[in-house]
Amino acid sequence: MIWVNIIIQGILVGGLYALFAAGLSLIFGVMRLVNIAHGDFIVAAAFLAWVVVQATGLNPLLSLIIVVPLAMAFGYALQKWILNSTLGKDILPPLLVTFGLSVILQNGLLEVFTADSRKLNAGVIETASFPVLPGVAIGYLPLLQFIVAVAVIWGLQYLFYNTALGRAFRATSDDSETALLMGLDQRKVYAWAMALCMGVVAIAGVFLGVRSNFDPFMGPGRLIFGFEAVIIGGLGNLWGTLIGGVILGVSQAIGAQINPGWQVLAGHLVFLLVLAVRPKGLFPRIDG
Amino acid sequence: MITRSTPASRAAAIVALVLFAVLLAAPWWGATSTLRLLGEFMVYLALASLWNLLAGYTGLVSVGQQAFVGLGGYVLVALSMFTGLHPLIAVPIAGLVAVLLAMPVGKLVFRLQGAYFAIGTWVLAEVFRLVAAQVTVMGGGSGISLPATVLKTMAETKFWREAMIYWLALALGAGALALVYGLLRSRIGLALTAIRDSEIASASLGIKIDRVKYAVYVAVAGMTAMVGSLISLQKIRVSPDAAFSVNDWTAFVIFIVVIGGIGTIEGPIVGTIIYFLLREFLADLGSIYLMILGMLAIIIMLVAPKGIWGFITHRWNISLFPTGYRVNFKD
Repeated sequence: MIWVNIIIQGILVGGLYALFAAGLSLIFGVMRLVNIAHGDFIVAAAFLAWVVVQATGLNPLLSLIIVVPLAMAFGYALQKWILNSTLGKDILPPLLVTFGLSVILQNGLLEVFTADSRKLNAGVIETASFPVLPGVAIGYLPLLQFIVAVAVIWGLQYLFYNTALGRAFRATSDDSETALLMGLDQRKVYAWAMALCMGVVAIAGVFLGVRSNFDPFMGPGRLIFGFEAVIIGGLGNLWGTLIGGVILGVSQAIGAQINPGWQVLAGHLVFLLVLAVRPKGLFPRIDG
Repeated sequence: MITRSTPASRAAAIVALVLFAVLLAAPWWGATSTLRLLGEFMVYLALASLWNLLAGYTGLVSVGQQAFVGLGGYVLVALSMFTGLHPLIAVPIAGLVAVLLAMPVGKLVFRLQGAYFAIGTWVLAEVFRLVAAQVTVMGGGSGISLPATVLKTMAETKFWREAMIYWLALALGAGALALVYGLLRSRIGLALTAIRDSEIASASLGIKIDRVKYAVYVAVAGMTAMVGSLISLQKIRVSPDAAFSVNDWTAFVIFIVVIGGIGTIEGPIVGTIIYFLLREFLADLGSIYLMILGMLAIIIMLVAPKGIWGFITHRWNISLFPTGYRVNFKD
């Protein structure tokens, strides 16, 4: 029974990792950009939610009403003013600029919020659970987190394939010059993609903050988890990313059960194993 | 007339030789603190030159070079503690170990392209760090100090110990520069420069791009590990968090190269000088100093992507380490 429990908890944590990964997958799909500061933005969103909660007394989960739009506006501006001018054939500028952003964010957060770790307090939902099997209980918070992850990925998928904005994303991704000829300003399309990405980042940040303590230096670790979920699931496949997150969560849970020091390591090793055996991930997008 | 050298490069060669002689004699004219600072300068010069070779010429943007820095440190400490090997002999062995490890590891990360390669190397460095933290004979998560007996085997007196560690640093700093310069002037260098400028064109001319990149990755890993083993001698201890620090051994190095000028030999030199000047004046600001460094790197990447040295060569057409050929028209 203990292993059933571990695997179920691992699956639910996997939802959070899929949230880390979804934004990464989205902007890579649209503009081939890998944002090294992605994890730091997740942490920054958690701090933003913390400020909102302190100021308004809202439940952190409700603070999303404020945090998500703010993050989206920020994402739009970031893409428009900074990141758009780094995009081109050379992969170095976007990588190095987002790397610089990562260092600035970490140290900026450290300067403003100190190195103390904080937590978002969501109240009774954090500890409430219901039994499913003898010895196996599912917490409402992890379940909610998983449902939100599925909803976010379903929403992105729907947006991609059923809306005008999604069509613009796909057209720009396939051939930005032709899309431009058809009247799609790629700079705006990219800015919208980043806005959307930051919206997902905000949701991920709030769930991160409710689930565990966070501090200014947690970002790179979250980036790596998200990245691993993307690669395990297969590039360009959002549902694959969810499964990748689940595989990562379960691997970590099993590793932690064997030896507490192996939790993160087990996830990395499974990632490397997938890379060795199926370099394109388990569920790659079929091109063509 | 076609020439390689220029008046500026001939002058630079003379200055470099004089400078090298002066630096070689530093144990006799410099205080301990001077030696330490110069040693650290050489560490960053070497790491920056090596990272520049990797990212600036082959386009392999690694964010995980700290894997090999830490590996080198751990190998040196383990060898000198458990086998009684002289630390200076452990340095090339550390390089060899890293080469042997980089070969399978390189095969794995080379499956990732571009930016994903960057994060893949980072994951590897994390794996190295987490594994090091599990090795209990090396102190686990808290690390281990080099015993005084080991240091005694290097040299009896403090003067010679410090001098030896400093000369090792000088050798690795100058060696990394010489390696990059020599490599770029060779056939491989021509291939590397061609790959830097256009992968498609160089592939069509018969350059085995993947093989050249792989060879450079493995060679840089070995040299980086040697620098890492030097760092463990300078700090007299290793711990997972310090030896595999992404900030110390990769972030700063990237900033140095970007600010100085990526894809040029002179860039890392200029960048290291600027980095140490900034640190001298701003390090007291702590995290704000790091933010300034990050902002400087972003601004340079956006405004002058070839860095300060790129700006200088563009403006005045100077090259201190000529790797190409230039045509002079006589009237």
